[in-house]
Amino acid sequence: MQSSAIPIDQLEATALKVREHIIKMSTDGGCFVGASLSAADLIVYLYSEFLNINPNNLNDPDRDYLFLSKGHDVPALYGTFAELGLLEKDRLKNHLSLNDHIYWHPNTHIPGIEFHSGSLGHLPSVAIGVAMDIKIRGGKNKVICIMGDGELNEGTCWEAALVANAHKLDNLIFVIDRNHFQANMPTEELIPLEPLHDKFTAFGAAVKRIDGHSFESLHEAFSAYPFETGKLNVVIADTVRGKGLPSIERRADRWFCNFNAEEVESLLKELHGEHLTNLTSETLVVR
Amino acid sequence: MTYEELLTQTALADDRFIVMTAENRALVRNIPGKLGNRFIDTGITEQTMIGAAAGLALRGRIPVVHALASFLTMRAFEFVRTDAGVPNLPVKLSSFIPGFLSDGNGPTHQAVEDISLMRGIPNMTVFAPADEQDLVMMLPEIWKHPHPSYVRINTRKTDHQHSPFKLGKAEIISKGDDVTILTYGLLFEQALIAVEILKNEGLSVGLINLRSLKPVDEQAILEATRESAITITLEDHFVTGGLYSIVAEVLLKHCQTAKVIPMALKDKWFKPSLLPNVLEHEGFTGKQIAEKILGYNTNAYQPEISIPQFSE
Repeated sequence: MQSSAIPIDQLEATALKVREHIIKMSTDGGCFVGASLSAADLIVYLYSEFLNINPNNLNDPDRDYLFLSKGHDVPALYGTFAELGLLEKDRLKNHLSLNDHIYWHPNTHIPGIEFHSGSLGHLPSVAIGVAMDIKIRGGKNKVICIMGDGELNEGTCWEAALVANAHKLDNLIFVIDRNHFQANMPTEELIPLEPLHDKFTAFGAAVKRIDGHSFESLHEAFSAYPFETGKLNVVIADTVRGKGLPSIERRADRWFCNFNAEEVESLLKELHGEHLTNLTSETLVVR
Repeated sequence: MTYEELLTQTALADDRFIVMTAENRALVRNIPGKLGNRFIDTGITEQTMIGAAAGLALRGRIPVVHALASFLTMRAFEFVRTDAGVPNLPVKLSSFIPGFLSDGNGPTHQAVEDISLMRGIPNMTVFAPADEQDLVMMLPEIWKHPHPSYVRINTRKTDHQHSPFKLGKAEIISKGDDVTILTYGLLFEQALIAVEILKNEGLSVGLINLRSLKPVDEQAILEATRESAITITLEDHFVTGGLYSIVAEVLLKHCQTAKVIPMALKDKWFKPSLLPNVLEHEGFTGKQIAEKILGYNTNAYQPEISIPQFSE
């Protein structure tokens, strides 16, 4: 395997910064912290290393495309954009401000966001349309759609997998942020998804299952793109909801969080391993 | 020219066009071999087809999508609203067998709330041609417009020679002091018959083919309701949300009052049968329409209603 062009420690440093941004956005109205932290490493890796997307080619039809179908993780995207120069860092302070477009779901007022999302199970099909057009034109660009594991409850994800396979869209990659949680509870308690690898394989996809927090694993998987000629690529990235903050990791009630200023300070210290945070449940909101 | 010929000719001349279907090839049977990979059949997946059409439109394409009206508007509603409507992408919805045209299928296939649903979506435009000539006249304008559109496809042939289509303009067939019939789509055919009967009974009768329901020709509605003693809204749609509602909204907006009587489906689905039987049973033949307006029976002749020739 080739080593990534960007050193692993640099990717990790970027991801740490992105997590800081997510925590800072979790106050004054809050955001979907747990879902954003699980996807942060994925998003950092894809924009930093894998995708041909940069501030200068956002309207170039030959760029790569990333669709964030699991819209709750958009704070991770805002943070990554800020770190990679696609978004001015100062704008992150405008989270939920009427004077900007930085809110709980992706929207195309932010350059670099390809399509709005929020209603689950939509962007797999939009990504299919883009991948189809690239195929028709003989382009080489890649199309990624990040989906949540809870999102896989939506039948249109599976409809899309059937269609992508039927149309041999090997330029399309579905990335599943497999953090094992729905909004309110563990996936396997509500709508079990396992054996997920086998399910996608049975739908005709070429599937890789990896540790979604290991940049080595991410690089090993994505550098094998396309996984098989003529097949939809699927990456199941096993992740941890709330990754980086032990006090909220893997907790069903830490889906949407609205922390107060003191808690944000404390969480930032926890992120850097200084000490464990003692959060008061009153300030944690489950929407 | 037929719908399929127009679509083929347009797509061959302009490679932005992509013809899509969710395995409903009735209107596009001869297109696959002609357009190569610009013909896309996604299978029985109305939702995924609409999402994919949005993705294609993002890349500069103009997708013309085909599915049965009920599934295109209802099963895929949120995809139409969210993936085509919100971003205002030029996804062109060709809606097959809307209204009474799904004669024998039963309620699952009856799109009789489609106008209501589609006109409720911001950015969406809504059209209902009276026959194939009307359809072929209006589509070039609609397809070149940079917005999503919904067209109630109607490929029936009538003898009526339509005037050229102008976006957002109704076709004024005649003006009358006593009664004006406002209608669209399939029932235009019966409205022509009704108008003849009414004229033979000595009434001064107006007839307007709306063509475009969003944007709607407000001026035509205001003039007709002002100049006629009675206005009839005639449609193969539920009375709620369609033309009757549109006329009510227009009148209220302009602080105008008028006597408007709806002829539409009153909160129930229609009885499935072959089209002539459906029209007769539901009271929408030209003769029945005229007699309802007159309030008495006549000896008028009801021309034979042809049975649709297409299949799914």
